[in-house]
Amino acid sequence: MNKIISSLILAVVLLFSVPAFAAPIETFKFDSPETEKVFHKLSEELRCLVCQNQNIAESNADLAKDLRLQIYTMLQKGQTEDEIVAFMVERYGDYVLYRPPFKPMTWLLWLGPLMIFVLGVFFAFRFMKSQSSVSQPESLSEEEIERVKSLHADMKAEQGDK
Amino acid sequence: METTKPTLLRRLMPLIIFAVLVIFLAVGLTLNPREVPSPLIGKPAPEFELPLLLQDGSFSNKDLIGHVTLVNVWASWCFACRQEHEVVKQLSRQGVRIIGLNYKDDADDAKQWLAKLGNPYQAIAADRDGRIAIDWGVYGAPETFLIDQQGIIRHKVIGPLSDQEKFDALMAVMQTLKK
Repeated sequence: MNKIISSLILAVVLLFSVPAFAAPIETFKFDSPETEKVFHKLSEELRCLVCQNQNIAESNADLAKDLRLQIYTMLQKGQTEDEIVAFMVERYGDYVLYRPPFKPMTWLLWLGPLMIFVLGVFFAFRFMKSQSSVSQPESLSEEEIERVKSLHADMKAEQGDK
Repeated sequence: METTKPTLLRRLMPLIIFAVLVIFLAVGLTLNPREVPSPLIGKPAPEFELPLLLQDGSFSNKDLIGHVTLVNVWASWCFACRQEHEVVKQLSRQGVRIIGLNYKDDADDAKQWLAKLGNPYQAIAADRDGRIAIDWGVYGAPETFLIDQQGIIRHKVIGPLSDQEKFDALMAVMQTLKK
């Protein structure tokens, strides 16, 4: 019985143990540290399309490897960061960018959170205002005061009767 | 606040907001994040020239002009390509011009695969290192591009053609080109 339990535990542990993946950066040689920086920046900002929730710096996928090589080759040819980003977007669309550009298609994406925040503030203020007006009773008119007084007097008279 | 109508609306407001959220999420769930729309639709096929897999010679983007063509990206290591192969063969029998783009494959493996399963391709361009596939925005096999007579990419299918919905969508665009 104990054996079964311990082997079950082992199985569960093994199920969740993932071998530690080192970032699969190949050993590219760069002419200058600046170029290397651009390389790392680009491979971190571009999405791996096969694995989707990884950038191409982290991914072990074959395509990510190819794209890293592509970025490297383009950098070696002296192409700029913008040129490389344009190259990727031309082929794979804005989707490769982890930071989508600001354009009519993405206005809602960029401004949505701000809009929701502004709406939230608006409704919060309205709510607070309505709360404070409830807690402060409006002053009564002369006529109403008279009525309250007379009702009060009536009540007293009734109680007195009993 | 005096009448009952605004309070009713007010009470229903959270429900309405919830319903809108549910609709958005439901629509989101039906979208497939694995299918990234290609920015190449409506643009000329990328320039390339690749060696043929089975013969001497080469195939270039210029060879696409003048015919309605399907460019089918496949590889012998790709399981889904085997899945769609019957459909590709059937299209070929119906007289559709299909060009294979053999993606990151070993030439011998590819030839064996074709010998075993049949060769529906009019020509097969071998993209050994996958460099040309990058130009086509390929990110996995199989992918199929529909090219018109002018060499413009008109449609892209991501994944196997054996998927009825994808197949029908492709046929619908192809029908408009054949006239």
